[in-house]
Amino acid sequence: MNFFQRMVYIVQHYGVSLLEGAATTMVIAIVCTFLGCVIGFAVGLIQTTEPGKNSGIIRRGILKIVKFVLTAYVEVFRGTPMMLQAAFIYYGTSQIFSINLGMWSAAIIIVSINTGAYMAETVRGGILSIDPGQSEGARAIGMSHFQTMLLVILPQSLRNIMPQIGNNLIINIKDTCVLSIIGTVELFFTFRSISGALYTYFEAATVTMIIYFILTFTCSRILRWIENKMDGPSSFDLATADTLAFTSGMMKYNEKTGGTH
Amino acid sequence: MDSILKIEHLVKTFGTNEVLKDIDFSVSKGEVISIIGSSGSGKSTLLRCINMLEEATGGKILYHGKNVLDKQIDEDQYRTKVGMVFQSFNLFNNYNVLDNCTIGQTHVLKRGKEEAKAKAVDYLNKVGMGQYINAKPRQLSGGQKQRVAIARALAMDPEVLLFDEPTSALDPEMVGEVLDVMKDLAKSGMTMLVVTHEMAFARDISSRVIFMSDGKIEEDGTPQQIFQSPKSERTKDFLSRFSG
Ligand SMILES: Nc1ncnc2c1ncn2[C@@H]1O[C@H](COP(=O)(O)OP(=O)(O)O)[C@@H](O)[C@H]1O
Ligand SMILES: [Mg+2]
Repeated sequence: MNFFQRMVYIVQHYGVSLLEGAATTMVIAIVCTFLGCVIGFAVGLIQTTEPGKNSGIIRRGILKIVKFVLTAYVEVFRGTPMMLQAAFIYYGTSQIFSINLGMWSAAIIIVSINTGAYMAETVRGGILSIDPGQSEGARAIGMSHFQTMLLVILPQSLRNIMPQIGNNLIINIKDTCVLSIIGTVELFFTFRSISGALYTYFEAATVTMIIYFILTFTCSRILRWIENKMDGPSSFDLATADTLAFTSGMMKYNEKTGGTH
Repeated sequence: MDSILKIEHLVKTFGTNEVLKDIDFSVSKGEVISIIGSSGSGKSTLLRCINMLEEATGGKILYHGKNVLDKQIDEDQYRTKVGMVFQSFNLFNNYNVLDNCTIGQTHVLKRGKEEAKAKAVDYLNKVGMGQYINAKPRQLSGGQKQRVAIARALAMDPEVLLFDEPTSALDPEMVGEVLDVMKDLAKSGMTMLVVTHEMAFARDISSRVIFMSDGKIEEDGTPQQIFQSPKSERTKDFLSRFSG
């Protein structure tokens, strides 16, 4: 058998395992990127909160402690390898607390917490990058801090950090491979089983790399498409004189040419 | 006279820098007050203290007799009554023109969607922006943005509207369209407090002019008094720079 025949052999005999591994990888990557974003938004939001003028010494103190704990979380999880975090949490919970995390829950907890630590910094930066005028405009019409964040600042931050969210998803697709240390049967684990069984490292690696690339490339295209959707159309409809009826008019205003056509 | 706002001994310091020094004045219903003065004299800080974007260091801001600096006062509720129009517009970039003018109504005043829309469209028509309800802020010119910002503030039915140099960020050919809207507003009886460098507006449209210098109110009077017979040397000095 030559190189290509061996690749075909792998696909024929291990295609299903590879697809299962790829599916596991994708589920973990997508779920954990999502959960990581939720964690990141929560942490980033708290870290950019300033105590209100009416908050007493106790509330200020609590906020300070919470911020300190969150900063420690971010620094520790950004500053240590995820492979060790996986081992630490997986074996730690079973040794110290006698909890046996299943393969799935362990994988999802570890990758989410890790992604959350990165996203927290991204979200913090995203919030701080929004022009303070946006929040002043909101406060000036009576919005509370919470409403200002939810309705004005976070949607704009989300749009601005979409590229980093995409980046995290792609990193997660690749980095779930470290979960093979706790026995998660994802794509990289499948690769190791195949190459171990057949001693065809080169061919198995080639096939697996192609699959990884298809996954990441497809995701980055889809994310780009979502970003464009979020931006909305580059032109808008001029409303007709009968504006109360909200029927969009015949004319279209073009942002680029700056005129109607 | 029954005043909406009464500012008493207002002081604001940034660190050791005393920016507002014992400011005293009141605003009655229907008054259009222009605040003039050179850059750095504290005009913006005064407006920002009045609608509490900055926390005053001392003194009182009485709104219908109640001091809004008291901790019990709901400051968000108060802000809906004292609208603000900024030099840099500050329209919400993530919403179109219509939503910019309804979001405060639906979320802060808890008005129904239809009522909010009707009100927004009404004010957008008044400022000549009714056709642009579907546009995003980035698709508008500066003058158009500022007119939408005025409609957004009006849609909250404020009792007083504060303007902080509303035309200073505009290209010269757009200043007129915004000033026209403000003139109409003044004529309609809106109570306005306008920080401006447009001396024609201060002289011809406002009912009262306050000249600020170095964190203090140097002179306060009718446009005739201030422009034709200013008492203070500083006022004369400042105005002479505009007559050229
Ligand atoms: N956030 C701030 N921190 C420190 N100093 C400030 C701040 N805002 C304004 N100042 C100072 O207050 C003074 C008055 O500013 P401002 O109210 O903007 O004046 P004006 O609007 O009349 O030009 C200036 O000396 C300015 O440097
Ligand atoms: Mg100013």
